[in-house]
Amino acid sequence: MTAPTSMLTGDRIYRIHWLPGTDTLRGRCHCGAERTAEEPVELWEWLLAHPDGHRPPPDPGPPTPPTSRTVLPPTAPPSRAAVPA
Amino acid sequence: MAFARDQWYVAAYGSEVGRDLLARTVLGEPLVLYRTESGEAVALADRCVHRRYPLSESRLDGDTIVCGYHGFTYDQTGTCVFVPGQQRIPRTARVAAYPVVEQDSFIWVWIGDRNLADPTTIPRAPWLADPAYAVVRGMAPLNARYELLVDNLMDLSHETYLHGGYIGTPEVANTPITTEVDDEKGIVYVSRHMDDAECPPFYAQSTGIQGRITRWQDIEYHPPCLYLLHSRIAPQGHYPPAEGPDSGAFHAEIVYAITPSTEHTTYDFWAVARDFAIDDESVSEYLHNSNHTVVMQDVTALNILEQVIASEPEKYQELSINIDTGGLAARRLLARMIEPGSVGAPR
Repeated sequence: MTAPTSMLTGDRIYRIHWLPGTDTLRGRCHCGAERTAEEPVELWEWLLAHPDGHRPPPDPGPPTPPTSRTVLPPTAPPSRAAVPA
Repeated sequence: MAFARDQWYVAAYGSEVGRDLLARTVLGEPLVLYRTESGEAVALADRCVHRRYPLSESRLDGDTIVCGYHGFTYDQTGTCVFVPGQQRIPRTARVAAYPVVEQDSFIWVWIGDRNLADPTTIPRAPWLADPAYAVVRGMAPLNARYELLVDNLMDLSHETYLHGGYIGTPEVANTPITTEVDDEKGIVYVSRHMDDAECPPFYAQSTGIQGRITRWQDIEYHPPCLYLLHSRIAPQGHYPPAEGPDSGAFHAEIVYAITPSTEHTTYDFWAVARDFAIDDESVSEYLHNSNHTVVMQDVTALNILEQVIASEPEKYQELSINIDTGGLAARRLLARMIEPGSVGAPR
């Protein structure tokens, strides 16, 4: 089948795509927020609650250098079996 | 049961309204429809103000209706212009006149506050009055609440089971849909695009296509009354060009007007407009007979369902799955129209 279609244009369009080959529905709000679900009642409730619980996916944008480094805990030295002297 | 008032509804085809009086009940309101001598369609309340006799059981005298019981006479604005036996016409002697618009072969009436009636808000079905299309049509009275017909039309996967051998094939129920809601315009759009499908007899016989097809069904519902199904049929693998007319495909515009009559009855207006074989009467006859059969299969099923649901308590148990995504959206928009300002998820 063809890719999911978007036929309506407007500023307040709610969309639910049934993902081909799956039982999964993906809802997309006009604000850009997305969520998947396995049945439509729950997904409509979430969509129509806009803006409650809606957070648009982050804009990928150009890559930026990290502003902080994640410091991992030092790897513990391999334990050494106590060898009797 | 609640109705969405302050809305336009189809009360009749234009071809049904003439110099005979036609009775229709819309949203529980009895109407009488007729045409003036100059051809203008009129809708009045179908009850004489005197003793409630149906004006539709009366007669026309020029552009006025003369009540068949005592002769109260009303002009096309609903104003009483004659009462029997006396000169004085009581100030309250009038019946309601409904705003009427004749468009796209339909007679639309406004049910509600007439000061809010805006003809520019009536959704369009231009194919029904376009000479580039051939149209077959009908109307089936339904002994079921209108919501059952909305549910039925918003989920076409039932074609596979209820209409097998006519318009249903396995691919209809098996193909995922995309559902969109325009929250500002109040439109539900459901797309089901089948790339490689069996051609059902309805289209094989009418288009002459042999073999498998690419079949697109795009539903556009303008609640409460107008439902459009844009049906595109093409030999398998043929898609619309990036530009220019889609001349490699066959197009059928399938139009329903869903008009609540009473709490448990509905007018099911149906029409099929096609852009192919438009001069072929045998195709028209075939499509008329086939679509009438399909509509009556729905009518039979929905009449049964109405009997069941009417006997159940309020808020009976249902289960909705993926195929119901469009129907749930339609319910939600209808609920919003019935209670303006209310919001909430479809149930």
